[in-house]
Amino acid sequence: MTTMTAQTTQLYSVFIRATPEQIWDAITKPEFTTRYFYGSELESTFEQGASYKQWAPEREKLWVEGEVLESDRPHRLTHTWRSLFDEDSANEEPSRVTWEIEPQEGGVTKLTVVHDQLESSPKTAASVAGGWSYVLSGLKTLLETGEPLESA
Amino acid sequence: MTDDDLVFRALADPTRRHLLDRLFERDGRTLTELESELEMTRFGVMKHLRLLEAAGLVVTRREGRQKLHFLNPVPIRLIHDRWIDKYTERQVSALATLKSELEETA
Repeated sequence: MTTMTAQTTQLYSVFIRATPEQIWDAITKPEFTTRYFYGSELESTFEQGASYKQWAPEREKLWVEGEVLESDRPHRLTHTWRSLFDEDSANEEPSRVTWEIEPQEGGVTKLTVVHDQLESSPKTAASVAGGWSYVLSGLKTLLETGEPLESA
Repeated sequence: MTDDDLVFRALADPTRRHLLDRLFERDGRTLTELESELEMTRFGVMKHLRLLEAAGLVVTRREGRQKLHFLNPVPIRLIHDRWIDKYTERQVSALATLKSELEETA
């Protein structure tokens, strides 16, 4: 693999055959996140200023911690992100994740995840780079087929 | 043309793969930056970027007066999850079966 500097703004986009409301539910409700987000259980009220927590399966460990910055159901959700799943990332500055949900023609919705403000968090930037594609692919499969991706 | 067709078509060209590699190294670039690394007219680069955008492999954002190009790896992941996984899994399980059969008869 080519050496690369981890990107300080990362962008991931996918078209999903689902309504914006369905996508909002899938990214905010733990009964969905456990099925495509590495089994993680989400905990937040998704009100501005509320905490954002992503627990490992069985709540064994807190994987991600943040704060909800903006919440506009079912269009836009922004929260800070601190990766606690490895020690190096945990000591870095919080970064920011924005979920943009835009309806398109023909019953399709575009979901874009922008993970930015990673300038002082190179370890986090590197560790999430592959993960977001996997998560969005799994989310699309779950919403379109009702089944999670077969685990590799 | 399906989404997968667009992705395969976009990837079936060395210049477009080269553009993706440039964005992989450093994301969020302007057309002018990308153009400076290719021996090709601005119009030619724009044409390739349009096909990459149509396939969802490149996404653009406006930042002030600039239009920045970002690599979007999700379509490649989708092809991986839907196609490549399916076939490699069978090969792996065939090898696993072969191994257990050989070991049983040994």
